[in-house]
Amino acid sequence: MAKQNVVVVGGGLAGLAATMKLAEMGVHVDLISMVPVKRSHSVCAQGGINAVNDVTRQEGDNEWKHFDDSVYGGDFLAHQPPIKEMCDWGPRIIDLLDRIGVPFNRSPEGFRDQRRFGGTLYKRTAFAGATTGQQLIYALDEQARRWESEGMVSKYEYWEFLGPVLDDAGVCRGVIAQDMFSMEMRAFPADAVVLATGGNGLIFGRSTMSMICTGGAAGRAFRAGVKYANGEFMQVHPTAIPGTDKLRLMSESARGEGGRVWVPRKPQDERDPMSIPKEERYYFLEERYPKYGNLVPRDIATREIFEVCVKGGLSVEQNNLCVYLDVTELPPAQQKKLDGILEIYETFQGVDPRKTPMKIFPAVHYTMGGLWADYERDANHGGLNLGSPRNHQTNVPGIFAIGEADYQYHGANRLGANSLLSCIFSGLIVAPSIAAYMGGRKGSKDAPSTLFDGAVGVHKQQYEKLIRNDGTENPYKIHIELGDTMTRNVTVVRYNKAISETLGKIDDLMQRYQRVGLSDKSNWTNQNLSFTRALGDMLLMAKVIAQGALQRDECRGAHYKPDFEIPGPKAENPADLRREAETWCDGFQKNLDKWLKTTVATYDGKGGTGFDGKGGFKIEYEAVDTSMIPPRPRTYGLKGAEIIEEVWKERIAKAKRGPGAEKREAVGAG
Amino acid sequence: MSRYIHVKVLRQQDPHSAERWETFSVEHEPGMNVTTVLQRIAAAPVTVEHESSTPVAFDACCLEEVCGACSMVINGRVRQACSALIDNLCADGRDTIELRPMTKFPVVRDLVVNRRRMFDALKRVKAWVQVDDYFDRGPGPRVFPKEQDEAYPLSRCMTCGCCVEACPQYHDDSPFIGAAAISQAILFNAHPTGRSAADERMEVLAGKGGIADCGNSQNCVKVCPKKIPLTDSLAKAGRDATVYKLRKWFGR
Ligand SMILES: Cc1cc2nc3c(=O)[nH]c(=O)nc-3n(C[C@H](O)[C@H](O)[C@H](O)COP(=O)(O)OP(=O)(O)OC[C@H]3O[C@@H](n4cnc5c(N)ncnc54)[C@H](O)[C@@H]3O)c2cc1C
Ligand code: SF4
Ligand code: SF4
Ligand code: FES
Repeated sequence: MAKQNVVVVGGGLAGLAATMKLAEMGVHVDLISMVPVKRSHSVCAQGGINAVNDVTRQEGDNEWKHFDDSVYGGDFLAHQPPIKEMCDWGPRIIDLLDRIGVPFNRSPEGFRDQRRFGGTLYKRTAFAGATTGQQLIYALDEQARRWESEGMVSKYEYWEFLGPVLDDAGVCRGVIAQDMFSMEMRAFPADAVVLATGGNGLIFGRSTMSMICTGGAAGRAFRAGVKYANGEFMQVHPTAIPGTDKLRLMSESARGEGGRVWVPRKPQDERDPMSIPKEERYYFLEERYPKYGNLVPRDIATREIFEVCVKGGLSVEQNNLCVYLDVTELPPAQQKKLDGILEIYETFQGVDPRKTPMKIFPAVHYTMGGLWADYERDANHGGLNLGSPRNHQTNVPGIFAIGEADYQYHGANRLGANSLLSCIFSGLIVAPSIAAYMGGRKGSKDAPSTLFDGAVGVHKQQYEKLIRNDGTENPYKIHIELGDTMTRNVTVVRYNKAISETLGKIDDLMQRYQRVGLSDKSNWTNQNLSFTRALGDMLLMAKVIAQGALQRDECRGAHYKPDFEIPGPKAENPADLRREAETWCDGFQKNLDKWLKTTVATYDGKGGTGFDGKGGFKIEYEAVDTSMIPPRPRTYGLKGAEIIEEVWKERIAKAKRGPGAEKREAVGAG
Repeated sequence: MSRYIHVKVLRQQDPHSAERWETFSVEHEPGMNVTTVLQRIAAAPVTVEHESSTPVAFDACCLEEVCGACSMVINGRVRQACSALIDNLCADGRDTIELRPMTKFPVVRDLVVNRRRMFDALKRVKAWVQVDDYFDRGPGPRVFPKEQDEAYPLSRCMTCGCCVEACPQYHDDSPFIGAAAISQAILFNAHPTGRSAADERMEVLAGKGGIADCGNSQNCVKVCPKKIPLTDSLAKAGRDATVYKLRKWFGR
């Protein structure tokens, strides 16, 4: 019998975790990546990785609470079984990382040290200096290298994935990829294909993501028929350093270690920030959210910073919107823990943040949406049935999606330090899922070579067409315009009118894209071509994001539409307040019925490159599995939060007693 | 008034073509770095002689000096392009910067080189912890902060190649594995589990292309963007290799 072969596209944390687990199971892996896998975007992660641990456990924490925080942080939009399973695995994953040599920070006694991240009350986050992502990916990269030296893994670095190969029955039999040096194209036959190609921040122009995070690979899978879910959910990180090529992240750990966010009370106060007395500083997060202080969840922090600058007019600078993030008061030991990220600021801004407060502003940061992937719930414990081939398989048989490229774990907003966990977790569990899938199938060698030749031919044709295109439009200019309109209208605060304008603008840009002209027409290491090809995918996916955002008339997690916010109670008198809270909860329930749904986009052209003018897709909605934790309002900062929570709890309790009871009560309350 | 930066780039269409210089002029922006400059050139690749050219090929990914992709020789010094701020490069009032590919690796195109040799060296020194499997077997070994403080800096090596670019002993005619790989061998030999393959690593360090090839010029440590204490690693490798050879000599 032919040896089983799996193609893994992408060697970030997710792809590497899948690769090493598959190799351990005796499956050969072709690992394809645009950059040497060690240089994948995952290196950028700074803060850490979440899991329940021995210490938090003794403070009352457990896997269920991590699960609850994740579900609540994601505003209930994510299916619960995969998250439950992930949180249950958390401690084991950290142990594994520890064993393979990740230099986690240590307590004096030699245990792993942990810190607290936004959106939770426990110190759940393990970290390695301030370069946790780099340390994790190196450990995984080393394991993959070990398997490579044993012949179980073949790496194809500087190879770009162009699309999957589907047979007549619609089953994936491999992929087509292109050598980014020689521009050679070839087929990689496979029994199964894993897409671990990361996020798509470049659709917004500059973001905290790496240069290759175009989402081009996901776009290509989408065109081939893989569904795309929850596209409109993009996380904007509250604290980034505005730069000319990139918005560099200032990790949440700066706040986790005690960093404080403030603006001068006097607008654009020109004094040296260190000389501004405490009482003339507005620590707006601490004042408005006494319980969480500077560690409010990301969406709240983002909106508050946005608001204090845009609406409040308190931006530190007039033309360059920003607020202060201040670690100058921290003791040296704590500052040292942050060395890695403070160095970034110092290197790229030329200012020492240990002595002067940093200037920061929100930036697009994480792609919650992604390729639609399935799962199978375990009837006994509510988590995943790990032997099932459905876990992480997309709607196209044989294509699996993991890591930031899928949509499974973070719902409407990702909890900080949960995505490194979800990447490694999904990579580890996709391996048995693939084994189960392959168990019942013929090997890839049985696919006719004409299938692959044909697919290579199609991609070659598209390549020729793009490289020869006789036009004057500049792809880089189109990209900048795309980023501008997306950032302005489809990020922190969304209005339907503005989103519609953006959709119109994207259509224009798609037209102009047809007339794009490459300044480089050579057939050797043509980066101009690679970028322009990805631009076609970005335009299509931008439309998926914007259309999803337009249709979703509600506020949920990172998706914030002021026009559809349910106004909070205002009354002073308790009876009125109670009545208003009831009304609020009615509205909340109505909204849940209407919008607690996964957005699922399906491409309706067949194949294509975006270059052929086909860009149609349809959007449908799917129910969300909330079988374990019933949705509840997120009321941070809302007046009357307590009374709303009280009313809602009563309703949940009633609902539990039975639908009949609920109805009778509702009539009675009328 | 806008200010312009002249960017002289040593270009090469492919491994078989000749090198040539090209100069571009790029409008200065506050806070701009060399990768931004290259992006601006890509968007409008016209030389100062007003000839249309092609975007300059370059390697970059993270743009925050953590992936190791963007090493190149800038104004005669090897470093990361993403952390090279124009305002620092031009601090002395000059308005020209010069970009060349690294010289110790085969040029693929323009500023893109092939650093495969470095990754092969990592394979040779078995730069990994050889665990039994990926099942749940509880936590790893207990590690004190002092040990972590020693391991962590070495573990930040991003295989960028600056150290070997600056090293007089690392070139086409020498089998030297270079400071980065040696430092990784030291890292894994210090790890409580990694140590079990210490002899295999020492076999490489004590052999051809190993530590004996280091001429101790200390160029490597001066250019490492991650400030890795390479000379400490090299010194330790030297001592360990001696001990290893003696042990072998005495058949033990
Ligand atoms: C600045 C920053 C800080 C972060 N900090 C944290 C943190 O502290 N904690 C946390 O949990 N999360 C953090 N995150 C999020 C986390 O880093 C990412 O979600 C995660 O690393 C994504 O991993 P991945 O494996 O899915 O994808 P990536 O690491 O992005 O890897 C994608 C891979 O796909 C390949 N690829 C892409 N397209 C193609 C193609 N067309 N052909 C071939 N290969 C392709 C790439 O080469 C790469 O190997 C942070 C993110 C950012 C931006
Ligand atoms: S000290 Fe050794 S490795 Fe470093 S530059 Fe000199 S010869 Fe090369
Ligand atoms: S040791 Fe330093 S210079 Fe050498 S490859 Fe590693 S990070 Fe780069
Ligand atoms: S682009 Fe990653 S180090 Fe410069």
